[in-house]
Amino acid sequence: MTDRRDFLKQSAAMAALVAMRDPRIPPWMHTAVGSVSLSAPPASVAVIGEPAAIRELLATAVHAATSAGAAYADVRIQRLRGNNVFTREHQILGVGDSDTIGCGVRALVDGTWGFGASRDLTADGVAAAARQAVATARASRVARGTPVQLAPTPSHPDATWSSAFSTDPWTIPLEQQVDLLMRANAAALTAKNVQFVTSGLFFVKEERHYASTEGSTITQTLIRSAPFMAITAVAADRSDFQTRTNVVPPMGRGWEYVLEQDLVGHAAKWGEEAAEKLTATSVTDGRYDLVLHPSNLWLTIHESIGHPTELDRALGYEANYAGTSFVAPPEKVLGQLRYGPDSMNIQGDRSQVGALSTIGYDDDGVQPEDFLIIKNGIFSDYQTTREQANWLKWWYDRQGRAIRSHGCSYAQDWESVQFQRMPNVSLLPGTADHTWDDLIAATDRGIAIIGDGSYSIDQQRYNAQFGGQLCYEIRGGKLGGMLKDVAYQIRTPEFWNSMTMIGGKGSYLLHGTFSDGKGQPSQSNAVSHGAVPARFTQVNVINTGRKL
Amino acid sequence: MRTRSLAAEAAPMSRDALEALATRAIKLSHADGAQVDVRSGVSGNTRFAVNELSTAGDVSDATISVTSAFGPKRASVSTNDLSDEGVRTVVSQSEQLAKLAPDDPEAMPAFGPQQYQTIEAYFESTARVSAKERAEAALTALEPARAARGIGLMAAGFVVTGESASVTANKAGLSAFFRSTSANYTLTVRTADGTGSGWAAADDHDWTKLDPKAVAERAIEKAQRSRNPIRLEPGRYTVILEPQAVGDLVQLVQGELDARSADEGRSAFVRASGGSKVGETIADSRVTLFSDPADPQLRSAPYDGEGFPVGRQVWIENGVLRELSYSRFWAKKQGKEYKGQSGSLKLIGGPTSRQEMIKSTERGVLVTRLWYLREVDPRTILYTGLTRDGTFLIEHGEITKSIRNFRFNDSPLFLLNNLDALGPVERLAGTEGSGDVAMPILKARDFDFTSLSDAV
Repeated sequence: MTDRRDFLKQSAAMAALVAMRDPRIPPWMHTAVGSVSLSAPPASVAVIGEPAAIRELLATAVHAATSAGAAYADVRIQRLRGNNVFTREHQILGVGDSDTIGCGVRALVDGTWGFGASRDLTADGVAAAARQAVATARASRVARGTPVQLAPTPSHPDATWSSAFSTDPWTIPLEQQVDLLMRANAAALTAKNVQFVTSGLFFVKEERHYASTEGSTITQTLIRSAPFMAITAVAADRSDFQTRTNVVPPMGRGWEYVLEQDLVGHAAKWGEEAAEKLTATSVTDGRYDLVLHPSNLWLTIHESIGHPTELDRALGYEANYAGTSFVAPPEKVLGQLRYGPDSMNIQGDRSQVGALSTIGYDDDGVQPEDFLIIKNGIFSDYQTTREQANWLKWWYDRQGRAIRSHGCSYAQDWESVQFQRMPNVSLLPGTADHTWDDLIAATDRGIAIIGDGSYSIDQQRYNAQFGGQLCYEIRGGKLGGMLKDVAYQIRTPEFWNSMTMIGGKGSYLLHGTFSDGKGQPSQSNAVSHGAVPARFTQVNVINTGRKL
Repeated sequence: MRTRSLAAEAAPMSRDALEALATRAIKLSHADGAQVDVRSGVSGNTRFAVNELSTAGDVSDATISVTSAFGPKRASVSTNDLSDEGVRTVVSQSEQLAKLAPDDPEAMPAFGPQQYQTIEAYFESTARVSAKERAEAALTALEPARAARGIGLMAAGFVVTGESASVTANKAGLSAFFRSTSANYTLTVRTADGTGSGWAAADDHDWTKLDPKAVAERAIEKAQRSRNPIRLEPGRYTVILEPQAVGDLVQLVQGELDARSADEGRSAFVRASGGSKVGETIADSRVTLFSDPADPQLRSAPYDGEGFPVGRQVWIENGVLRELSYSRFWAKKQGKEYKGQSGSLKLIGGPTSRQEMIKSTERGVLVTRLWYLREVDPRTILYTGLTRDGTFLIEHGEITKSIRNFRFNDSPLFLLNNLDALGPVERLAGTEGSGDVAMPILKARDFDFTSLSDAV
């Protein structure tokens, strides 16, 4: 959900891709930052600056904000690099690298927020951004309501953290990346009726430096990788075309993750799956038991649990854009709302190794903690920041818990203000060690769905519709033929309460998105969702095939 | 009063400064060809919700992007470090990458110098807007919402203004400059009991054309009127879609107008016997859909990403598919004229007013806007999504009741075939999609609402 005023964030490479207006470019790429690889990065752009110099700039900005009258301020000097290579069939479509560096200052004056940001990384530049933040806060005071208060957090005077990557994609020669994609494309094109394939590698690297008036100074490095393939088969008589995409999830890891996915080894099978869709049976409308693979269920979790349990949404702070939530008001749902069966435990965390939202410290300077959003089927907590945690004082008091942010503050880059964004939100494994095959075997008549397809949900997260990549009939505990034109429509509480069987530890997988939109101006974050396969009873399935 | 204090960057860079940077980068280039894009912008926003201000910010940035080409090898690199060292680095890095890139068999030579029409999209009135003025605009909604008697009101909105300037230049002598301002205001007012919600918005390059008070009045009226919605059976209904709802759906056609996809057999515009449906009737005869940077309601950049001039392009004329969009390579391969890549979009309106549309409706649904539209099937441009923030039942020529929101599964192509009436055209503020878009209110038959949503 990009906003036109995001132009400052669009890399040239990404703009070029969007300019191609290729309908097969997945929507998330329209918001992702572009990205390709160099044999060796030029030394002159390797780092923002020396650690001591950055610390000095952070301190200068913090000082400028307090001198101008801020009661609280935090400063982020960040570098965001994007790198991509994009191909079709046997040729290159685009190679790009983007780099943006600057300083964003958030200041609290008389209980009102103000934000200022500049790419001018001189002492004068960052001080001006700080004074801008204070001035904007003052000018906005006229429209203030309740003064902002921040929940306490320990300060981290000299903290560092790095995400889990063993090979920085920026060290991989472009030739090697292109070679991998070309071999994968060639393998996909060996399948019958497969005529088109697009593929790409997208990498993001974030260098985040943070300091606050409370004495924290934090440095973090993150890498995210998204391999991409979309394989299209066209019927010989031009009566149909079908695409197999979303073949592997993006992950908060490096080049080693790309290699593990073995695009070349799998591409022929993905191509055959695209071709098989041409002759698949068009589904009959009706109610079916659904067995959903983690590669499909992650997106349903994201939309129907992840978003409605954001506290700002629940209280109305996103009403004008992303929407509000049916999980509200807090006093009527916390500890009371039955979201699903006893076997349903949903965890929020920023700690799973390789997950996209995983981070050492959030943009409030908080070390995030793992927490249960849904415990034994009952809604038990929201996603929070320092500003929001105070709003649930009554609930934490009742639980005998300290008021503490869950560490969900995030800004997409230096020129965006931080706010509450989604941690990794995951469906935890069941106690019995069921596998995907066990779930199929225990189902008499239903549909098994693998991979994420079309997705849409209302602004309070009740009514959703999801497609898939691969849909198969289940008859008498066995997988039957392939189905197409399948979409399932749910009402969130009924859907989750119809979950009758879930997989065990061995079937837990991480999937996720490179770009999830929220806020005004719209910001993008990356988030993973762990899931086990799960079975849902008597879900409404519609046929989406139409004739022009 | 101006309250900006980012002294160094209170305004975008001047044309001279942008061109000087582009020239410096081009002079540093050792490649066969090089395109340089320099963009500079400032923007300020004020956000409010739950009847109070939540965040406000003022931001400035500038980027340079260099695409270097060695024969058929190309790569793009961008940075916001505009120092001499930064420019040197971005040029050399793009050259280094381009040399490593495989040959692009579809690479096309750069354009030489071009002539552009003048588009007035820059308004001093917008460039001058301060954080205080944004807060005051917000107060036109916050004050009546806070003061509401009886069932209370909750206002949430976003005011954003900005100015940007950019230069696109290349080694073959092309140089293009465009600057514009933008002002955008969206507002959602909900009733405190949570049963009603109304949305209204305004957008213009010129801040003085926005009327925040009128926006507040519309949103409040819709919120109050939409309380306690009744449930209506899903099914096919006659609909009156207000301009934003039309845009939410019809804008989606633009991304599907790619000639190559149709020629390759993978688009809604595939002709079974080969080629595309250009020349065939695909919509009601009153449907004309076009792009035109010079249209007073659009005022978009007069050139595309490669600096090629774009003019008026009519995609659908009187219901007939007139043309599809060609990339340079595909135009050459197919022997077609290249016309650039247009950004704007407008559907022409008609003589029927909103009131006349309602009056002539025996039973139908009035829709304010649509939400979370996602493609379900590219073969028919079938999308799903939901109505939002003001959905009403029309009976016997009058709005009679507020109704629960619906999910739809339908295609803009079906909508434009089932057309009943067209009304006045508005420039859109945008919801999920955005850009320079203008759409009329319209009435159509048999819109496919497939399920009910409890969301307010």
